[in-house]
Amino acid sequence: MGRKTPLFELHQELGARIVDFGGWDMPVQYSSQIGEHHAVRRAAGVFDVSHMCAVDLKGARVRQFLQHLLANDVAKLKRPGKALYSCMLNEAGGVLDDLIVYFMSESWFRLVVNAGTRDQDLAWIRSHSRQFDVEVTERTDLAILAIQGPEARAKTVSLLSASAADAAMALGQFFGREIDSWFVARTGYTGEDGFEVMLPSADAVRIWRELNAAGVASCGLGARDTLRLEAGMNLYGQDMDASTHPFESGLAWTVAMQPAERHFIGRAALENVTPSRQLVGLLLEDRGVLRSHQKVYVPSLGARGAGEITSGTFSPTLERSIALARVPAGAVQQVQVDIRGKLLNARVVKPPFVRFGKAMIETGVNE
Amino acid sequence: MSNVPPELQYTKTHEWVRTLPDGTVEIGITDHAQHALGDLVFVEVPEGGRAVALGEPAAVVESVKAASDVYSPVAGEVTLGNPGLAAEPEAVNNDPYGKGWLMRLRPTKGVATAELMSAADYAKFLQTEGD
Repeated sequence: MGRKTPLFELHQELGARIVDFGGWDMPVQYSSQIGEHHAVRRAAGVFDVSHMCAVDLKGARVRQFLQHLLANDVAKLKRPGKALYSCMLNEAGGVLDDLIVYFMSESWFRLVVNAGTRDQDLAWIRSHSRQFDVEVTERTDLAILAIQGPEARAKTVSLLSASAADAAMALGQFFGREIDSWFVARTGYTGEDGFEVMLPSADAVRIWRELNAAGVASCGLGARDTLRLEAGMNLYGQDMDASTHPFESGLAWTVAMQPAERHFIGRAALENVTPSRQLVGLLLEDRGVLRSHQKVYVPSLGARGAGEITSGTFSPTLERSIALARVPAGAVQQVQVDIRGKLLNARVVKPPFVRFGKAMIETGVNE
Repeated sequence: MSNVPPELQYTKTHEWVRTLPDGTVEIGITDHAQHALGDLVFVEVPEGGRAVALGEPAAVVESVKAASDVYSPVAGEVTLGNPGLAAEPEAVNNDPYGKGWLMRLRPTKGVATAELMSAADYAKFLQTEGD
């Protein structure tokens, strides 16, 4: 048996199918994965993401510490509440994890890291924090709910007092703040508007039921995966890991190489890298479904042109199959994918595939 | 509980077999199987004329999550793959024993069907699997 979130028994009561995810027993779907996906694109859905780990970092030199620890530069965080997406790298430039960092105050930053990597992340963070006198606290007392979709914010604040609702609705994109006993952030992993809410574990079941009553659908990790892939967002462990660096993972935009004098962990390795591979989006033109680990061939590159799908699925919004794939660097427009011994045609497209409920790529081919 | 129509025969890998009046058989996946797979989004059925062996992967059903092989419960020659599933794979979820059939086969003469289970035996088998 795996670890359980404070909502585990409620998931069972709601009829969820439970699967192992990074050592946690998590709901993959309640009734229909596609129905849950559409609920988020069209109205609102709630996900239990309490398996992810909030980590509070406190100390006078916490900003300096994060400028050393993270590949993105927390100097970009100028207004309290602002969030930043970053990779945490090893010395070789490999991705140890991707995370969100929130600027709470000058002596307090909060990280949210992945479930599957939380123990090794904490060990890594603690080992590097000592020289900066930063105190590291794993917030196991908090549950985390992601409420996502075009109606998510309005339905969430309908549960709050008038003043709390005003404060939550005033949050800009990628900002968070403490509101009473909650931490509310306008962030997510679906390509829709919405909130991620950290709240005391004891309140989680009651709030979930109130969200359901307000018309927010219970959604599992299955829908979360199709939503994030449509949104063109990487999944740690699938699209990148410690054996790949950000430049071959579609994450160059998250690495702050300027200013040159900021010596973050992994920088020296990245300075010597000439990326030989790239992560691209694919749209399958033939019929079928792209899946992770299927082999990809770039005909224009001949024998050099081999790659692999890192994440693939059927896109419920586009009703087509989409994927992220790691292929050789350079201009690539058309590829072939080996699906059960047949070579099917796929077109390279620039993610995101879907954003705010709308298709972001041209799908009009072959039919 | 899954729906297990009494007039069909079943396999341990959750296929069903219906014997048609002309001696051919119609094959699909059971209600239990479609429920376990979840929403189907793509179905690949064999073309007419293909010879399939007993237990050979003859069709593929794909949900959002994964692709699964469908094993032929009898040996024979495919007479027809269900042409309606290209446009409507969800028929396998909504009507697994009707519009969601996958393929029709003409069994090889003298084929043994002793491996197939009755509806009552399949229902018992599902209970041992924790349906």
